[in-house]
Amino acid sequence: MSILVIAEHVKGELKGATLATIAAAQQLGDQIDVLVAGSDCAEGADQAAKAAGVTRVLVAENAAYDHLLAENTALLIAELAKDYSHVLAPATTNGKNVLPRAAALLDVQAISDVSAVISEDTFQRPIYAGNIIATVQTSDPIKMLTVRTTAFDPVPAEGGSATVEKLDSVHQTDLSEYKGEEVAKSDRPELTAAGVIISGGRGMQNGDNFEMLYRIADKLGAAVGASRAAVDAGFVSNDMQVGQTGKIVAPDLYIAVGISGAIQHLAGMKDSKVIVAINKDPDAPIFQVADYGLVADLFKALPELEAAL
Amino acid sequence: MKILVAVKRVADYNVKVRPKSDHSGPDLANVKMAINPFCEIAVEEAVRLKEQGIATEVVAVSLGPQAAQEQIRTALALGADRGILVQTDVALEPLGVAKCLKALCDKENPDLVLLGKQAIDGDNNQTGQMLAALTGYAQATFASQITVGEGQLEVIREVDGGLQTIAIKLPAIVTSDLRLNEPRYASLPNIMKAKKKPIDSTTPEELGVDVAPRTQLLKAELPPERKAGIKVEDVAQLVDKLKNEAKVIS
Ligand SMILES: Cc1cc2nc3c(=O)[nH]c(=O)nc-3n(C[C@H](O)[C@H](O)[C@H](O)COP(=O)(O)OP(=O)(O)OC[C@H]3O[C@@H](n4cnc5c(N)ncnc54)[C@H](O)[C@@H]3O)c2cc1C
Ligand SMILES: Nc1ncnc2c1ncn2[C@@H]1O[C@H](COP(=O)(O)O)[C@@H](O)[C@H]1O
Repeated sequence: MSILVIAEHVKGELKGATLATIAAAQQLGDQIDVLVAGSDCAEGADQAAKAAGVTRVLVAENAAYDHLLAENTALLIAELAKDYSHVLAPATTNGKNVLPRAAALLDVQAISDVSAVISEDTFQRPIYAGNIIATVQTSDPIKMLTVRTTAFDPVPAEGGSATVEKLDSVHQTDLSEYKGEEVAKSDRPELTAAGVIISGGRGMQNGDNFEMLYRIADKLGAAVGASRAAVDAGFVSNDMQVGQTGKIVAPDLYIAVGISGAIQHLAGMKDSKVIVAINKDPDAPIFQVADYGLVADLFKALPELEAAL
Repeated sequence: MKILVAVKRVADYNVKVRPKSDHSGPDLANVKMAINPFCEIAVEEAVRLKEQGIATEVVAVSLGPQAAQEQIRTALALGADRGILVQTDVALEPLGVAKCLKALCDKENPDLVLLGKQAIDGDNNQTGQMLAALTGYAQATFASQITVGEGQLEVIREVDGGLQTIAIKLPAIVTSDLRLNEPRYASLPNIMKAKKKPIDSTTPEELGVDVAPRTQLLKAELPPERKAGIKVEDVAQLVDKLKNEAKVIS
């Protein structure tokens, strides 16, 4: 087995999602190469080489692959994939954008959101918003997977000593062009990497009230998330949405405040270790998955919680 | 501009689908079926582009059993002009769907193909990207805003870090995210009108596409059930439990 992992790096920083993807790769074999693509990828490549378990780092240093632009990067992946039994990318928006495109170029049916490796060709993945776990076996010669990063413990960022090789193949299609990004700035941890998350729903009533969550988050070193209803109502930005179609999270502690617990929200957080729900409706479905439920008005409970921490 | 919209027939999003007792697959007996919510958003976007005079024709395509006609009718009631059903009883995978859609693109020559970002049954999130690969067109996935320019689109995409803007050349493949628009309700007169709009029927074989699945579902099972825990009396008890019982805060 030889496995190619598509790395995600932003401004010289290798994303934690990549380390979790390498962990999934380790369950398939021990010849693990990591592709780092884009301009300014020296630092990212360096970090990938230090990650535990990596054999080789392939560096495609070219602006054509910035932001893993799908049209160009898929051509690169398809070119490289022929030498591998498996190609893995994290199931991030970048991974989901580019991996299926590369798979179709190779006439391969990709497998999305792999949550467990059963064998070299058999994998588990959630379907129907996580209400069913499917075990699927593929007959394609190259297995192309996106990996649900919350399901795999990241490999250590240090301890490896992979060789680094430069690639010089450039695929530049000019079909699409990156114009810019509106990135939410925050000093709090990233949702997908946080050990504690406190999320607000429609019950928060407006964006200003999220301040109550931010203050508690700062005391707990937590990230702040939201339900789709809170995002749609404009309380907070889209990158905070947790759920089937938002981010999948699995922190040690997830505190849901003013969130009813729709199937689609549960799909994104029910693998959290400990779940707390604060809701004034004792029959809210969120209580069916909560380890600790507090039936209370959040406007009374949150100030008390802040004071108690 | 001619637009093709792909609409999938799926279990209604309010239904909590369970595995069959023999674990052979999802139990869809007597489950209410509907148009995939993301596809509905894609249809709405296409219809709005037509209302703005940008699109000239909107063609709704669905692949699946005969009953998928119902979802095409829904799209027609929302404002699509005509429909195409690619009828098959094979359980389709994204690659097979993308190949059929590619064959239809060769016939219909659309300038834009709109799809949902994800079908909420298989949660694959692949078909649009695969169609883009097969056609060689540009792609914009997870679109939350589309602005049509001269021979190109500017698309705002919902990415993990926030919002990303890209410009893509036409013809192109775009997949819709939740906040692209809020679909309208079909009015009764439009539902009546939709009954008269034409739906062509074809099959993967007629399109020359092999849709034999590459993957096999070995087992469908329930995820580990979470048990409801306890109700705490007040914030003080909650904090105590988190510190001393769950030990998740210090
Ligand atoms: C295709 C599709 C995909 C979706 N994807 C997602 C997704 O990824 N993530 C997601 O979250 N949703 C998603 N949804 C939406 C989902 O179905 C629900 O509509 C949404 O999660 C509801 O958000 P909510 O719980 O904040 O709002 P509501 O359901 O309105 O619940 C608000 C809760 O707040 C409580 N409350 C109100 N006031 C107070 C108060 N003062 N004190 C305490 N409690 C209070 C209420 O009792 C209620 O339980 C999706 C839907 C569709 C169709
Ligand atoms: N059988 C189908 N018929 C029509 N459109 C489909 C079908 N399968 C997938 N699609 C389209 O592809 C999108 C993404 O689906 P998926 O890749 O399966 O998550 C859907 O929202 C549809 O627009």
